[in-house]
Amino acid sequence: MTIELNMPTFRSGIEGVPTLEEGQTQTGKDFSSDQEVRWCPGCGDYAVLKAVQGFLPDLGLRRENIVFVSGIGCSSRFPYYLDTYGMHSIHGRAPSIATGLATAREDLSVWVVTGDGDALSIGGNHLIHALRRNVNMTILLFNNRIYGLTKGQYSPTSESGKITKSTPMGSVDHPFNPVSLALGAEGTFVARTIDSDRKHLTSVLAAAAAHRGTSLVEIYQNCPIFNDGAFDAIKSPDTKADAIIPLEHGRPIRFGAPAEDGLGSRGLVRSASGGVEVVDVAEVGAEAILVHDAHQPDPTTAFAISRLTDSGYLNQSPIGIFRQVERSTYDDEARAQLATARGAVEEAGAAAPTERLAALIGGGDTWTVV
Amino acid sequence: MSKQVKQLDRVIIRFAGDSGDGMQLTGDRFTQESAAFGNDLVTLPNFPAEIRAPQGTIPGVSSFQVHFADHDILTPGDAPDVLVAMNPAALKANLADLPKGATIIVDTHDFSKRNLDKAGYAENPLDAIGDTAGPLADYAVHTLDLTGMTVEAVKEFGLSRKDAARAKNMFALGLLSWMYGRPTDTTEAFLARRFAKIPAIRDANITAFKAGWNFGETTETFVVRYEVKPAAMSPGTYRNITGNLALAWGLVAGGVQSGLPVFLGTYPITPASDILHELSKHKGFGVTTFQAEDEIAGIGAAIGASFGGALGVTSTSGPGVALKSESIGLAVMTELPLVVVDVQRGGPSTGLPTKTEQADLLQAMFGRNGEAPVPVVAPQSPGDCFDAAVEATRIAVTYRTPVFLLSDGYLANGSEPWRIPEVAELPVIDPAFATADADQPYINDDGEFEPYRRDPETLARPWAPPGVAGLEHRIGGLEKADITGNISYDPANHDFMVRTRQAKIDRIAESLPPLQVDDPSGQAKVLVIGWGSTYGPIGAACRRVRRAGFDVAQVHLRHLNPFPKDLGEILQRYDKVLVPEMNLGQLSLLLRGKYLVDALGYNQVNGMPIKAAELAEAIGHLVAEAEGIPADQLDLSVATSQEVHQ
Repeated sequence: MTIELNMPTFRSGIEGVPTLEEGQTQTGKDFSSDQEVRWCPGCGDYAVLKAVQGFLPDLGLRRENIVFVSGIGCSSRFPYYLDTYGMHSIHGRAPSIATGLATAREDLSVWVVTGDGDALSIGGNHLIHALRRNVNMTILLFNNRIYGLTKGQYSPTSESGKITKSTPMGSVDHPFNPVSLALGAEGTFVARTIDSDRKHLTSVLAAAAAHRGTSLVEIYQNCPIFNDGAFDAIKSPDTKADAIIPLEHGRPIRFGAPAEDGLGSRGLVRSASGGVEVVDVAEVGAEAILVHDAHQPDPTTAFAISRLTDSGYLNQSPIGIFRQVERSTYDDEARAQLATARGAVEEAGAAAPTERLAALIGGGDTWTVV
Repeated sequence: MSKQVKQLDRVIIRFAGDSGDGMQLTGDRFTQESAAFGNDLVTLPNFPAEIRAPQGTIPGVSSFQVHFADHDILTPGDAPDVLVAMNPAALKANLADLPKGATIIVDTHDFSKRNLDKAGYAENPLDAIGDTAGPLADYAVHTLDLTGMTVEAVKEFGLSRKDAARAKNMFALGLLSWMYGRPTDTTEAFLARRFAKIPAIRDANITAFKAGWNFGETTETFVVRYEVKPAAMSPGTYRNITGNLALAWGLVAGGVQSGLPVFLGTYPITPASDILHELSKHKGFGVTTFQAEDEIAGIGAAIGASFGGALGVTSTSGPGVALKSESIGLAVMTELPLVVVDVQRGGPSTGLPTKTEQADLLQAMFGRNGEAPVPVVAPQSPGDCFDAAVEATRIAVTYRTPVFLLSDGYLANGSEPWRIPEVAELPVIDPAFATADADQPYINDDGEFEPYRRDPETLARPWAPPGVAGLEHRIGGLEKADITGNISYDPANHDFMVRTRQAKIDRIAESLPPLQVDDPSGQAKVLVIGWGSTYGPIGAACRRVRRAGFDVAQVHLRHLNPFPKDLGEILQRYDKVLVPEMNLGQLSLLLRGKYLVDALGYNQVNGMPIKAAELAEAIGHLVAEAEGIPADQLDLSVATSQEVHQ
């Protein structure tokens, strides 16, 4: 016997986007535009661009149905370097432009490229509302914790006390944690990855693209000019095992030097305060360690894990997919309403649009003068 | 008893009460009845920004003025012939607008000490009726307990006293409908529809409406009924329509005529929200409405939709335009079609949300950084909002540009009979999307797409929404290189692109019809020029001046940017040019700057439409000056009084 659960069936983030013909293949080169890339030497953006160009062919989508929309900032030059459709828009507004585009066009794979200033300062409102609505798009948030294009002022993710051109005595701002913010804004897919870890970055991009709804991917990205070394602790081979808390769905959250079972000697457990905390696995036993559940509908634990990110210098940060849950998307629902209305029109004996327009303006209380 | 019937050529009635008294509905129903009867009409709703200001106070007074006539009229009328006042505050707030001899119908029910205090009356003005020095001495006052009679009439329906009293507006409507011989079936059908789900309320309203009519028929208070015959109108099918409704339908029509899905990205704001409400009903036409988190996201989403091949539209009022300025600049730079609807209201800042003004013209023209020319189109009457919206769509799509559609609060909420156009008469708008065919002028010899290769006639660039292989391209807010659209910091290119964007907008003038100058005698020395909703008052004022035996010419602008090609020549033909505006001289400034003409302003910024009689005086004085007539020989009063009572 089968039980009808009447659960909604969720679709892939790229369903409805035309795919390549059978036998057609693409390479990263197909996605490289003829424009000279003009980021500073050593900028983390190069690595992300390479990873994205290398990853896009894996989607198997027709290139002309992929659109990158960006705001303003170093990372927002990204669309110029990809041979897809693209718009380099204005400061902070890319999520709103992408919302209109994604709602108007189901057949497009829509990507937003933004930075910590673009997304979290001037565009903070659009970011949280895109997440709340769950518009089908993937947002790549390049977080270098500094303003690069305006030459080195502190950003909304810079640590408190940071000395910059605009804060000679140290910043008195408290920073945002982008993952906590996204979870609080009802985000359905929230992940964090690192520019220099191409394998991890690519795997997160793949999961983000497959997710139907707004996927937020925070990418730690080094700015060698104005904030060099901001992520050294999680990048250095000597320290990263202790600094990165890896999140993998269904796996116990363990990190640090290997214990006897080959997994990390430290791990996360629920704390008395209702959050989570780091403990030595040996002290609590491996079975007590929290198993990561990205699909948990309640975001409480994901939020608690996000709080383990250092808000000062980054010595510790959870990396991976914090949350990946299914919820209907704004654009699908909006299009469904249009389809319902059109269906009603057709049921009533679909007339030509001009005839329906005549019926609209000529309906109701009218009178005729002869 | 048989009643005397008196013929009138036109009447102005103002219904006034507390904002909770249903005066807008009452006025609207009287208007619909008059429209169905065949009168020409113009309406002026006037209400506070507060949803429910303190009950019984002057700030809480809401009114609806309707002017109906047996001939073509242009304005809602300067001064009411009849005031219906539902409480002391409504009487006090409107009394100053009444001419001597006007009729006042007062609901006495609420003239309690408490309500008189709230309205600021030390003594009950109704006690002094008949006193030649009293505040109501100059008027024909009818005191009736409308509320009491309503409660009595509907008692069979078992409503609470409060609910029963709420039908008093329908009693008043019934009485006025009797007095002016209005047809009642549309209102009865309307009430049956509106309250279909609450039979007791439905029946009480219909009963109150009929009771009001019957009261007029039987009472000896009113011995005269009035008749205003249907107006001679050109053949066609008509409906009564407000500006916001006509504008929303015009956008639907723009979508149909261009074959484009309409995408409205917007944020609620008075007095533009009704456009969102109306468009949200037309999903069957493929209209998407997106209520954004703010004004900026509203236009951003509309630009995104336009990039995707939809007709992007954003609707707002002046404060919203201020927030959208940077995004409009992006649409100028990316050269995407976009209609920006600005239903102007009193400013600056939050200003007067429910009052009308025309003070956003210069904001529409220049309110952006850099040289960012945007076409500006303005409707001249509520019904004209339809055609203006279609025209804004035509320009936006044909020339790949954002277009301002400047309505205002008076047009938005005011109404008039509108001759419903034949859809076949509407322009067909060709979006002419780019294709990857090698023989297209914007595909170069190497087979590459050139997104900034322009059409030599319109200077428009190709519109290439995503989804077409071979046309992949990037656009954005940075300066574009001519032809390729790549980022360019080249000085000569920037100079060229700034001039080219301006030239493209100027080129729109090639597609505009010649202006229609109304100069019946051909002898006028004075030209009155306006734009937008001042069309009615200017036209009415010019008629008065002509009826008094003087010559004056009128021309009205639909296009504020670019100006029509023949405007300069027309301005040169006249000795004096007068520009009435509900601002401090914004069109005057543009005309002076462009044509070096000594344009004189007639400026009023009190949140209300210009009054035709006052404007006629100003025009008359200018005509007298131009013609060398001594000022003491100027008498327009004949024309004015004749118009009121023939």
